[in-house]
Amino acid sequence: MALIEHLTQEYLRTKKLPHIWCPGCGNGIVTAALIRAIERTGYDQRDVVIVSGIGCSSRAAGYLNFNTLHTTHGRALAFATGLKMARPELKLFVIMGDGDCSAIGGNHFIHAARRNIDLNAVIINNHIYGMTGGQHSPLTPTGMKATTAPRGTLERPFDLLVLARGAGATFAARGIAAQPRQLEQLIVRGATHKGFSVVEALSPCPIAYGRRNKLGGAVEMLRSMKDSSISVERAAETEDAELKDKTITGVIYSFDAPEYAEEYYRSISDNKG
Amino acid sequence: MPETKPVLMQGNEACALGAISAGVRFYAGYPITPSTEIAEHMAEKLPDLGGVFIQMEDEIASMAAIIGASIGGMRTLTATSGPGFSLKQENIGYAIMAEIPCVVVNVQRMGPSTGVPTAPAQGDVMQARWGTHGDHPIIVFSPASVYETYYLTIAAVNLSQKLRQPVIILLDEVIGHMREKVLIPEAGKLLVEKASDLVPSDWKPYDEKGLTPLVPFGFGHYYHVTGLFHDQYGFPTGDPPQVERALDRLHHKLEKNRDEIILTNYIGHKEPRVAIVTYGCTVRSARAVVTKAYWQNRLPVGLLSLQTIWPFPAREIEALAKQVDVIIVPEMNMGQIVGEVERYARGQAEVIPLNRYDGEMINPDQIYEQMGRWLS
Amino acid sequence: MENRQEILLTGAGGQGLILASIVLAEAAVNDNKNVVQTQSYGPEARGGASMAGVIIDIDTIEYPEVTRPAVLLCMNQASFNKYLPKIEPGCTVIVDSTFVSGPFHKDYKVQSFPITRMAKEKLGRDVVANMLALGVINAATGIVNRDIFRESIFKLAPRGSGELNQQAFDLGYHLYEEGPGQDVGISVQTPQ
Ligand code: SF4
Repeated sequence: MALIEHLTQEYLRTKKLPHIWCPGCGNGIVTAALIRAIERTGYDQRDVVIVSGIGCSSRAAGYLNFNTLHTTHGRALAFATGLKMARPELKLFVIMGDGDCSAIGGNHFIHAARRNIDLNAVIINNHIYGMTGGQHSPLTPTGMKATTAPRGTLERPFDLLVLARGAGATFAARGIAAQPRQLEQLIVRGATHKGFSVVEALSPCPIAYGRRNKLGGAVEMLRSMKDSSISVERAAETEDAELKDKTITGVIYSFDAPEYAEEYYRSISDNKG
Repeated sequence: MPETKPVLMQGNEACALGAISAGVRFYAGYPITPSTEIAEHMAEKLPDLGGVFIQMEDEIASMAAIIGASIGGMRTLTATSGPGFSLKQENIGYAIMAEIPCVVVNVQRMGPSTGVPTAPAQGDVMQARWGTHGDHPIIVFSPASVYETYYLTIAAVNLSQKLRQPVIILLDEVIGHMREKVLIPEAGKLLVEKASDLVPSDWKPYDEKGLTPLVPFGFGHYYHVTGLFHDQYGFPTGDPPQVERALDRLHHKLEKNRDEIILTNYIGHKEPRVAIVTYGCTVRSARAVVTKAYWQNRLPVGLLSLQTIWPFPAREIEALAKQVDVIIVPEMNMGQIVGEVERYARGQAEVIPLNRYDGEMINPDQIYEQMGRWLS
Repeated sequence: MENRQEILLTGAGGQGLILASIVLAEAAVNDNKNVVQTQSYGPEARGGASMAGVIIDIDTIEYPEVTRPAVLLCMNQASFNKYLPKIEPGCTVIVDSTFVSGPFHKDYKVQSFPITRMAKEKLGRDVVANMLALGVINAATGIVNRDIFRESIFKLAPRGSGELNQQAFDLGYHLYEEGPGQDVGISVQTPQ
């Protein structure tokens, strides 16, 4: 209890509450996990920067008591790249939604991954454009309904973490709002990983997604999210056929590679010397 | 001002060197003709100065990256040309709204669209003014020579810092690409105005009482930066009186510093009958004409050249219109600044457009011919 | 205006004309003159043709484009065909007879020198043909003080090639002083 109060005082802009999110929205759960994760990293509050794009989830930046940068739609990683290069000592967490990150921001996403710049991307994936009222995103599963796909979308979704891997990201993990403790740990792991880290957080949007697709309310959505998930470790021991409709959670992969900002500053000091 | 030996310098290089003299240490860009030499110079020079050069994945990202770096406390610049300038508009608007200093160079080429990538044109004048959406203020310089490119870049950096406002340099392809003899002040002797490092504890990023210097991220002031309308701490608001005040704030800071922003130059007769008003490389042709007509032939003509085109030098035009019968406005487009000249001439003088849009400069003969018609 | 001298250097990409124009401009700056240098960009500069203009004046240079060249250098046949009709009579036309075979119209003062061939034969390097051409031009016009020109060439030449480039420049003077080849108006071509 004491810890929660401390976190609330320190890291939440309580005056900015109540938040704008709908009742039952998963954004609050993910944001809380993020706050706890930041606390656990032990970073100085002054060094932490929250960068976000545009969308429901990106509004989180406004509620967090750090230096916060709420950018334009899809561009959060590009702003963050400039800031990180200017001030490599800062710890940047970049919150994006699924449409924000993978549609309009797709180019910035793959190039941040390619550079392996030390940014911690937290993508809150609710499979829908929530703020604009429920249009399909590149992460909406095929067949699901949206206001712009009233008969179900025909498009195939990205697997964000496979995309990240192909583009060169050196850390990728997936968590779910239904398991906030695990999510918190994954964000910590991503934050302490040197290089571009991607944490995909599946999160229920009962209002713009759940209702239209008859997935029930927040509680039902969280429950089915939990039921259909399986940890990486367990998945390794499970038959492929059984994994077909499962969401694999945990650290999907992690490896080391040169980090861009560090390489850049090393190269310029080498040249000088 | 101490001056060293004259050197031969290209316009794009002068822009890069001016930026560096003014303290720019961060450049993000994307290759595009005819601005690429600026990026190349920055890539060459910035690393040795401990600065950052980064080639981004696209023009949108370049603009975003310089804003990010400015928030980190660096002086920043990016350069592009028409197609890239179109892409940068989104985040130029962001920088205006969030009051983040940065300098954007557009080495203009002939458009629309891909147009003629290497042909000069002055078709982006209105885009520079209104390219990003919303009712925003903007500062735009238009240099007429390599030397002007150098010092206007310095002025742009300093003004953008002081006013926390993006400044655009609308360079002509002709100026960007040509080499010219210039006298560049000795490095290090230039006065770089510095925003105060001393920040009071009650500092607010968007203080209602007036403009405050930007405190970079990482110093314990946990403010919010957003493209939404915001209160004095940067937090979103949709409250009508606050929204109105916030927009007024953006405009007032330019109006208050008008004298520092508006740069124009008049040469010619004390009591002219015919005046030319122009900007950028077209000033060169106009100056050739006025030099001949006034200095050699003592004709009652003059030239008002505009180094600043936005905010528009309305007062200067008003005053000029009262003196002359005719104002000729040569431009390498179908007529963009001429509309503003007409508006502020307020019927006091006849305003005559002189346009060329075939990818070539307006030459002195064309201006001379037009002027001659009004003198006889 | 009367002091304004415009020099147009034309030829093929790879003949070093842009560099030559920069060297000429730099030399003029060092000789205390005002200078504007321009060059062609764009697709034509990628493909084959190359063109650069230098304007030198003791007064301020306003209009930066070449309109009435006092000197036209043509280093290949295509540029000769293209630019000769654009100049005014009285312009000094210098062509590289290695690549240009005429026809030489009598209205123009065309002087032909085996520029590239000499660079190759006498100096063993056809890449210095551009400096040789500058030697011819400066000998013909005296636009820039010869010593200052030589110094500027040395300074701008890639490391280690300063002297070679100066020799090429001097050879240009030599060629000019010997007088235009007997090949004026005649096709004297060495195979490319
Ligand atoms: S629309 Fe969906 S994502 Fe947005 S706040 Fe409401 S529940 Fe959350």
